[in-house]
Order: sequence, then structure tokens, then C-alpha cells
Amino acid sequence: MVEATGVSGYEGSVGKVIHEVFAAQTDQVTTDTLGNVISLKRGEGENRAKVMLAAHMDEIGLMVTKIEEKGFLRFISIGGVDQRTLVAQEVRVHGRRDLIGVIGMKPPHLLTPEDADKAIKMEDMVIDLGLTEEEVKAVVAVGDLVTVNRNLIPLSGDFVAAKALDDRAAVAAIYHCLSELCRMRHTADVYAVATVQEEVGSRGALVSAYHVQPDIGIAIDVCHGEMPGVPEQYTAPLGKGPSVALGANIHPKVYERLTELAKEHNIPFAIDPIPGPTGTDAWTMQVTRAGIPTGLVSIPLRYMHTSVETLSINDIKLTGRLLAYFVASVDRKFVEGLLCY
Amino acid sequence: MKELIKQVVECYGPAGNEKAIRELITSLVSPFVDEIRTDSLGNLIALKRGGEKKVMFAAHMDEIGVIVTHVDKHGFLRFYPVGGIAPLTMLGNRIVFADGTTGVVGCEKLEAQKDLTLNKMFIDIGASTKEEAEAKVRIGDLGAVSREFVDLGQRLVSKAMDARIACAILIEALKTVTNPAADIYAVFTTQEELGLRGARVAAYSVSPDVGIALDVTRTGDTPTSITMDVSLGKGPAVKIRDSSVLCTPAVRRFMEQVAKDNNIPYQLEVLETGGTDAGAIQLTQGGIPAGVMSIPCRYIHTASEMVDYADVLHGVKLVKALMETRYTG
Amino acid sequence: MLLKRLSEAFGPSGYEGEVRDLLTQELETCVSNWRRDALGNLIAVKTGTRGPKVMLAAHMDECGLMISFIDKSGLLRFRKVGGLDDRILVSKHVVIGSKRVAGVIGAKAIHLQKPAERNQVISLNDLYIDIGAKSKEEAEKMVKLGDYAVFATEFGYLSDTAVKGKSFDDRAGCAVLAEVLREDYAFTLYGAFTVQEEIGLRGAGVAAYALEPDFAVVLEGTTCNDVPGSEEHGYSTTMGGGPAITVMDASVVSDRRLVGELERLARENNIPVQYKRSITGGSDAGRINQTKGGIPVVVVSVPCRYIHSPVSMLSLRDFDHTIQLIKLFLRSVEGGFML
Repeated sequence: MVEATGVSGYEGSVGKVIHEVFAAQTDQVTTDTLGNVISLKRGEGENRAKVMLAAHMDEIGLMVTKIEEKGFLRFISIGGVDQRTLVAQEVRVHGRRDLIGVIGMKPPHLLTPEDADKAIKMEDMVIDLGLTEEEVKAVVAVGDLVTVNRNLIPLSGDFVAAKALDDRAAVAAIYHCLSELCRMRHTADVYAVATVQEEVGSRGALVSAYHVQPDIGIAIDVCHGEMPGVPEQYTAPLGKGPSVALGANIHPKVYERLTELAKEHNIPFAIDPIPGPTGTDAWTMQVTRAGIPTGLVSIPLRYMHTSVETLSINDIKLTGRLLAYFVASVDRKFVEGLLCY
Repeated sequence: MKELIKQVVECYGPAGNEKAIRELITSLVSPFVDEIRTDSLGNLIALKRGGEKKVMFAAHMDEIGVIVTHVDKHGFLRFYPVGGIAPLTMLGNRIVFADGTTGVVGCEKLEAQKDLTLNKMFIDIGASTKEEAEAKVRIGDLGAVSREFVDLGQRLVSKAMDARIACAILIEALKTVTNPAADIYAVFTTQEELGLRGARVAAYSVSPDVGIALDVTRTGDTPTSITMDVSLGKGPAVKIRDSSVLCTPAVRRFMEQVAKDNNIPYQLEVLETGGTDAGAIQLTQGGIPAGVMSIPCRYIHTASEMVDYADVLHGVKLVKALMETRYTG
Repeated sequence: MLLKRLSEAFGPSGYEGEVRDLLTQELETCVSNWRRDALGNLIAVKTGTRGPKVMLAAHMDECGLMISFIDKSGLLRFRKVGGLDDRILVSKHVVIGSKRVAGVIGAKAIHLQKPAERNQVISLNDLYIDIGAKSKEEAEKMVKLGDYAVFATEFGYLSDTAVKGKSFDDRAGCAVLAEVLREDYAFTLYGAFTVQEEIGLRGAGVAAYALEPDFAVVLEGTTCNDVPGSEEHGYSTTMGGGPAITVMDASVVSDRRLVGELERLARENNIPVQYKRSITGGSDAGRINQTKGGIPVVVVSVPCRYIHSPVSMLSLRDFDHTIQLIKLFLRSVEGGFML
């Protein structure tokens, strides 16, 4: 999944991969107008509750705004790209066919000392495809997408580094949840949704939650992993299980149930207090239609929004297990209790 | 067409008080549509029947303006902006209110030009006392920039080209369309400049199968302008993205195909900042496929916004063709 | 006094339970039935027989703090709930959680500061709440991660008509709404006490979605800046100047017909009113207005000085006039006023 392309608004390729993955484990899979991949795994019995699990499959990226003389490409970002991470990066330009390019920079020999201390602005960068203007124009057009050319690499132990682990690691957690559920009994219908356009404002979750109209919505996203230079209170350790959020965006009984289940099944977790906006699909789902009780489970990840996002595979599995236990625990009575404040 | 444009762009209609422009457009389109209504936010929704599917075209009829927040004892009016207004474009502007009362924008003494902010500016309507001013203007009244339309031949200049030029195009297309392939909902929206508010509720009540917003976009063809591959005179633009929307790829392809099939020149638009009604339409209910046709426009959000007449005429042709072609997704 | 009890109730955004319970008890005999939803909005339904469906809305939540980390030494780190100015935090009393654990937000003594420090804003990362615990373990017996804190401010009279207290934004609106709900009307009236306004106008939209009113009035305790250092044209509202009607704010354009009717009623009944003269800042009205196919809305506020701080101030005359004006408006609806 992380090596597939799916910049916000153009999730078609990664959507196909996920469509197949979900199809193997669920009863039906559809793709909606915006490109959300919505799959349904039915529960047992009548009058079933609906639980929506949402993880976004879009990634941040770049878009071509202009083809300059000599074939250099100007671009803007789609989603929150740190311009400093783009310098000297190898990229893939998705034109009529994929082209490899580099975002070059002036060699240090030619820099003035003042320039060397300043970050290079995105508007001053160009992509060099090594082709003539005519060759470029035959393949590339304004509006074409660009991603960093990066494969997943295993690090020591169960750590991996890749682009787009935010938030396809969470899609993987849903996959793991669905696999676990194949061995468990559950009365609730599960809607596993890979959402689009989260990085530009949680747009996919808005329309898919409206469409699915779940009784409970759980967003699965990533949170900041422990790393030097960031206060402990804003991070969670890697390899020690998911973070379970609480705060205004989270229904208190959903939080309670998630943490109780984690303790019961010896799944390690961290508590993630978030007083205001969570910046995830949970924030959008909660205020859909007449309001949806929401939860948020996050996988700790370092270096968010770079092409070397790093996390622990075991955290993905633990997240999936926790979600499965949660789904299996949901019944009508629990859902009705969510309205009793 | 130029007469229609002049009429539509010169009309008063800041976001939040679109009554006059709504009445004008109602009179202009009524003869050519099957139904017409106004909703609770003031959107004008006209329907021209033609098929089973519903296609919504949205052009916003509001313009940027000011709202009066205080009248001082000497009769000067303080104001807040309504929509995105850069202070440096305001000095010397004339402001007109709904009843025709006119004032000029003045400014407090400044230490340096960079200190220019809107809260240091005021409107002088020629009154000498608070009472005299309040006889004409009250707190909460909305003002708009007053500036006449100028025909430069190939290029047209006025205030409120954003997005009255799109309104004019939609009106002209409604007049000339002969064989609509769907039920055409032509919506002249309100409060776009305040956050796509009219389009959001109109899209909910119309619930179309596809939505196409008509608006203006910036250009990259003036001295040291932004990096943007859109120019005046190269045809209407088919939008790919702006801050509010990533246009549905299928709608964008449909628009491009219709343009090609009808030999209408067009440009592709990637706008870094700015939003349009399509952003609200696309996210309505369970999601609505949405696209945008933009008319390239220089000096947006000033009193002198400039468009190219050929782009406008091609825009009419494209909108008419879009109305007459079945959208297959 | 209900305003006092509401002001002193514990209810930061996302944890409005105490305010909800207080209102439920207070209005038990005045409503046809209660509605509650997934976010915690509390809706008093007064079923009528004729006329339009009207929604009145006031938000129960207040700005506050959330405990985000407990130090080894037993000091509590926190994050802000809603739009608080960092500079107001230092040297205040707070209470944490529904058990109201007392704490203080400390600061380095002036003796230990370098002169330059005194001109610097203390960053949120350098602030903490001290509850007197000597270790993390001791603190954890009293406080959990995710617990909320609010300012420990007592309601009080400054004169016959001026009162002080915390969170008049929007407990003043809640109190106005509660008083209005004590009377009966011929039409269906929804009194929506909403949640999570301070963190993004979250509750009102979902309430409006479910209720589908014909129009709505949002009741607020709003900014008032009629103090030295502000130019008159920057006052926003004036304390003692009467209820403030919003024509436009950052989230909404009030329906002109509703504004006009309120103004007419005020004029004919000698109630002073003023327009809110600042446009910045949003309100629940924005979300209500943008719900479904659009809902006409207007905002009426009690002017409050020093909102979003530990202690705010209002004039009881403005407060009473607001109640009077809203009641007159509802009688006018009863008498046939429609949009």
C-alpha cells in the first residue's frame, strides 16, 4: 500500500489495492463518488448496530503548476508538506507515464554564507526531469501529480520506514482487525472505510460518514512517536501499542470501552488527551448528520509527513486486535447507552 | 452580451445583501426557465427541465464589500471588510450603500504606509454629525465598491467581475441552450465570499447528480506575477484544484472532452489559494461530483477586475455545451 | 440565583455534564420532554399546537484546561480547551475534575526572575498546575490524564446591577434561555443547550440537523470592550447598553427579517438595544444557518466584559432586558410573526 500512489483527490491507484484487500475479508466493497473505499462485513442477527472504522488512504504530495522553459517543472503542495524535506529529493512525476525527476539545488560551492542558512522556499524549487521542453510537454501537463520516489525499507527489529505510513498503516490495522474478526463472533455490522482527502481537510470522511450513517465511528490515524526535541507530553512511545484518545472529540463511553478491553486482553496502550480538534477523520465524523459517537485510536509514528515515516509493525497489529475486540463488544444496548449523558 | 455584462457587474450586491442583484437576475432569466425560487439564504434557484438527471450550475452573485460598525460624532463611518479585502486597494474607493448613498474611503494619519490597516480607515458620506450620517446609514448596513464598467475592446474591466461575469455567462447560456440533456439547476449563489455559504445549502436542497461552479480565477500573465499557467485570452479554464476543492477527475475529464468536441479553447487551472462554490457542492450529503469552469481574471478583489471578452464568449459556448451533453461519470 | 449556579458549574467543552444536570433539574417541570444526542446536547422540547418550530440555542461549555501529563514531581502539565490567552493563566486558582481537586498555576517568584523575563509571556510549556502532590504516584491518586480543569471563580455582586463570575460566555445565554423556557407558548419551542461551542461550534449544527427548526435565535454572552485603551469604534458592545443584536459575525449573516423584528419590539417596548460592532469571532449561529437547506438565524447577546478569562462581568439590566426582549419576540411569533 505505501508504495502505491494516492495523493489527496487522486486516490484511484491505492484505492484499487485496498479494494482488493478488503474484498477478501468483507461481504461487499464499493467506491463512492469521492473515491472512498467502503466495505461491509456483516454481523450476526437482527437489528444490528453499525460501526464505521475509518482510516485515510490519501497521502500528501505535489502538483505541477507550470512547465518552464527548458522543461523545468514548478509545483505546489497538496496537503502539509515541509518544504525543507523536498530538497535533493528524487521524485516520481505522474504524467501520461511516470517519469523520474530530481528536485535539485545549488551546490554548496556556489552558495553565499547567508543563503546557506535559509530554508529554500517551495516556490523557488523546480523539478528537473533531464528532458527537453518538448519531451516534457509530450508527457507532463499542468495539474499532474508528483510523489517522492521511495520504497518501504525494514529497519532493525519490527520497525519500518516508508512514505504514506500516515495513514496507510491504519488501513493495515483495519485489515488486521477484519482478519481477527473472521475468527470472532460479532453482532455489529462493520463498515471498513479507507477515506480520501483527509490531508486537505477530512473531506472523504465527511461524505462517507454521511452515507454510512454509523452508530459509532472510530477513526484510526497516526500520532507523534517519541523522539528527541519534542516534549514527552506530546508523544507516545513506539512499539508499546496504540494511543487511545480522549477529549471532546471522543465519546466518553467509547474511550472507556476501548481502554477496558485493552486492559482485559493485555494490549498495551498510551492515553492521548486531546482537548480540542484532533485533526483526524474523527473530528469530522462526530458532527455528521445529527451527531455520531466517535473514538480515535492512533499508531505512534516518527517523522510525520516526510518520506521516511517510521513505526513499529507490532503497533499496527495491536491496534487491529484492539479494534476487533471493540467491534465484537458492540451491541444494541451499548449503542443506546451512548445517548444517555 | 456586453450590455448584459455591464448591467450585471454594475449592480449592487455585497455578500449578505444580494437583494438587488437577485431581483435583476430574476428578471433576466425568468423568461427562459421553467421554475424559479429563492431559498432562506437568498440563493436564486432556476430550473430548466431537460432530463432525468440533475445538473447544478452555480455562479455566485455576491461581491466583496464592507459593513458599517460605528458612526462617530462627526459622521464618519467605521467598517469591517466583507470578504477578502486588501487595505491597499481601498484608499480612494467610493462605497455605495443599498439606497444609493455614496461615500469615499479615507484614512487616519499614518506614520508609515505599511501601517495601513482597515481599522484605520473610515467612510466619509459627507455628513457633519452623527445624526446626519445616521439618517442615511446605520450600523450593520452593507456597502459595496462603486465603479463603472469599462469596455476596452477585447478586455473588459469592472468591479465585481468576480463572479458576476460567471453570472452573465450562466444567464446567456440559459437563454441560448436549446436542448438540455438534464434538468438544469442554475443557481445564483449568495455569501460565496464569506465561505461558500449559499452554495452549501443550495446543493443540499437541490441534491444534484453533478455540480459545476462558474467563477473567476487568477492569472500568471502580468509582470512578476504568481507562478500560474493561466493567461487572459487563452480560453476559459477547467479547474484542477484550489484551496477548497480537488475537482472530481471524471467531471474535469468530461469538461475537457466537451470543450474539445466543440472546438472551444481551454486552459488547465491549478490555483494555489482561493476557493469556490464547488468545494461546498462536492462535500454535500454523500458527496457530489463537482467541477469548475473559471474565467481568467486579473486584479481580483480590486475595483478594476479585468477579463478577456473572447474568454467570456467561449465560456458561454462551453457552459451551453455542458448543458446539452449528457454526463456519464 | 440561577445565573450564579450556572456560572459556578463545571463544564469545559466536552465535559458539560454538571451544567446539563443543573439545567435538567431546574427546568424539569417546564418542558414537554428532553432530547439528548451523541454529543451531549440537551434539548428542552416544549410542544406546541400551531405556528412555526423555533429553536433557541445557548452553549453550556466554557473554556478551560485539560491535564495532559503528570511530572515525576507530581506537577500537572496541561493543554488549553478553547481560546484562552496564555497571559491570563499564571497565578490563578483552578479546580480539577468533577471532584474539584484544588490547584494553582504557579510562577517563578519575581525575585528569581531576570529583569528581561518580566516582559516575556510565559509559554504554555513552562506552566503547570500544582495540587500539592509530592510525587507522580500521589498526584495520580487525585487526577487522571484527560481530566479537565476550570478556573475557581466565585460569582459575586459588584453593585446592585454589576456582577462578576466565570464563564458568562455563555452561561448568561443559558440563564436567559432557562428563564424564557419557564413560560408556555402556543408553537413548538426547542431550547437547545449545546456543547463544544468553544472548540469549533460543534454542538449546535448537529442539534439543528435533528430539530429542523423554521428559524433560530442564538443567545450569547459576547465581547464587550468599552474600556480605556480602546477607541469607541472598537468597543464591540457597551456594558449597560442593552442586548446586542448581531448583524454579521465571522460565521453568519443574521436574517434581516429577524433583526428587524427584534429591533421593532425593542423600540416599541422601550428596551435599549445595540448592534454588536465587531465582526470577528464566530458563533453557533453559523452552524445552524448552514444546516441542510439553510436555517434563518439571528444572534442576541448579553454584553460581557473580559470573557475567556477567569472572571467576566455583566450588567443585570442588560441580562433582564435580554430576557424581556426574547420573551416579547416569542409572543410575537405566537401572534403570527413568520418568515
